[in-house]
Amino acid sequence: MNKTAIKAIYRSEMKRFFRTIAQSMFSPVLSTVLYFVVFGAAIGSRIESVEGIAYGAFIVPGLVMLAVLQQSISNAAFGIYFPKFTGTIYELFSAPINFVEIIIGYVGAAATKSLIVAAVILITATFFVDIKIAHPLWAFAFLVLTALSFSLLGFIIGIWAKNFEQLQIIPMLVVTPLVFLGGAFYSANMLPGIWQIVVKFNPVLYLISGFRWSFFNVADVPVMISLIAISLFLFICIAIIGWIFKTGWRLRE
Amino acid sequence: MRAVLIYTTAEGQNMGDNAINNHVEKNMSQTIISIQGLDKTYSNGFSALKDVSLEVAEGEILALLGPNGAGKTTLIGSICGLVSPSSGVVEVGGFDIHKNARKARSMIGLVPQEIALEIFSTVWDTVRFSRGLFGCKADDAYIETLLKSLSLWDKKDNTIVSLSGGMKRRVMIAKALSHQPKVLFLDEPTAGVDVALRKDMWEVVDKLRKTGVTIILTTHYIEEAEEMADRIAVIRKGEILLVEEKEALLQRFGQKQVHLHLTAELTQMPSALEESDLELSADKKTITYTYDVMSKRTGITSLIAELAKNNVHIRDIDTRKSSLEEVFLSLVEEQKS
Ligand SMILES: Nc1ncnc2c1ncn2[C@@H]1O[C@H](COP(=O)(O)OP(=O)(O)OP(=O)(O)O)[C@@H](O)[C@H]1O
Ligand SMILES: [Mg+2]
Repeated sequence: MNKTAIKAIYRSEMKRFFRTIAQSMFSPVLSTVLYFVVFGAAIGSRIESVEGIAYGAFIVPGLVMLAVLQQSISNAAFGIYFPKFTGTIYELFSAPINFVEIIIGYVGAAATKSLIVAAVILITATFFVDIKIAHPLWAFAFLVLTALSFSLLGFIIGIWAKNFEQLQIIPMLVVTPLVFLGGAFYSANMLPGIWQIVVKFNPVLYLISGFRWSFFNVADVPVMISLIAISLFLFICIAIIGWIFKTGWRLRE
Repeated sequence: MRAVLIYTTAEGQNMGDNAINNHVEKNMSQTIISIQGLDKTYSNGFSALKDVSLEVAEGEILALLGPNGAGKTTLIGSICGLVSPSSGVVEVGGFDIHKNARKARSMIGLVPQEIALEIFSTVWDTVRFSRGLFGCKADDAYIETLLKSLSLWDKKDNTIVSLSGGMKRRVMIAKALSHQPKVLFLDEPTAGVDVALRKDMWEVVDKLRKTGVTIILTTHYIEEAEEMADRIAVIRKGEILLVEEKEALLQRFGQKQVHLHLTAELTQMPSALEESDLELSADKKTITYTYDVMSKRTGITSLIAELAKNNVHIRDIDTRKSSLEEVFLSLVEEQKS
């Protein structure tokens, strides 16, 4: 294991993040504030509580998950797409490192970044609502698992993408709708009949449900199922990446 | 280049002059790169390398010379891990590039044809990053020496975007040397570089040569190969046409010309000389005679004797060897026909 190389990649990725820390933080924090103003204050004032939780607090886990998902995907996708685009990827190919090490470096950095964003959003949220986290360790575990698996997904997207449009299309067309339909702003139990079944096919529902459970002890699906779902997703991403690197798909001539 | 490049091998010893000589002598004939039956067919079906075999000795400078699209970059890419060869065996320092990729690649530094740098990073950071990527412990003192020897030290805190093209190319070289490789690939090191900087680059290569680094470079500028290389491989359409010592190549294909500058205009070529391969310049004051260096009798003596007999007076004589450029062109032409 070329640990020095992993560290070098991780450090240079984090350096880029801190170089543009203001931009990196501004957009997720701004959108969180907007969500609070619109959903928390304007709409929330008309909804008393959801499953016994004040609506403003109820949406916090969903908002954090939304940010973690988006950040993980875009950080990791951009992280590997950028060297491909500028040509600096030649160095990764010519260096004495294998793909596992490359992934640990890039995905580790992308996941770290989105965890930092998650922390900042949680802190921002405390300015608007009172939050208590019932199972902090579980909450952390869900965050880390989510950040890792969606960073892996982002990494795959970054390798797959041939241009900037493709780089952005999946987060926009797939992930954002899944988050909104995944119960970020409501409980699945509030949906009418058939929809309760339809949303069970949405993987993001399990994430948000599990994460919300670790905050408030209420869940749409049993927490163990959430854990299994996210682990399964992680495993699928690892398998796809393994295949990509074995075949050199979209990477090497 | 102002500062002296103190280059240390991966084992870390500082090599003084004596050490350098021993090093070079000891390994003169030791093969460091061995390529056997290398083929590369790109996914679109294009065959860019056809059964290429080549050996490079430790410490030598080999120039890969060939026209656009000959396969130079593909060949280098196949050795360095950027291109997956379709078949063939490549060993670097005795290590197979697939079975023992880590060891083989640790020995290699690569400066690709196109400049590719992370533009918002600083010179210092990007060179340190490369060293880390190759699994070497940080060694700021070495990187300082390296940057100084490439005249980049005063730019170490600049972002890449603020550098000129020539400086960027030198940053690429610094990155390639950051892990003290034993073999350095330079894919057109002087493309897009002005004359002064090109001379600088030659000096850098010369300094590296003295440290015992093996260098494989590609170029279109034949004078460059002539200037820097010990051996020259001519490659065309994915095939190696020949590999030879530079001197031998020049000799073998070289022609020499003698120019005879006359004191007065020569209105009429002496009849005895009319049959021979002589050229009279437009101002009728210079006779040019072309002959083969390798032939036993060049015929110069009889030419001069004949002129003297006809009262043609010679003011001055100069001779010129044909350059590698001409050798190269005639070689490629020969293969075409
Ligand atoms: N990715 C690719 N897919 C298909 N064909 C390719 C690819 N890369 C290179 N080729 C072809 O392979 C041949 C050799 O290309 P290569 O870049 O090795 O040439 P070169 O000798 O380095 O040329 P130059 O002097 O212009 O740099 C060319 O005909 C080129 O079009
Ligand atoms: Mg080339």
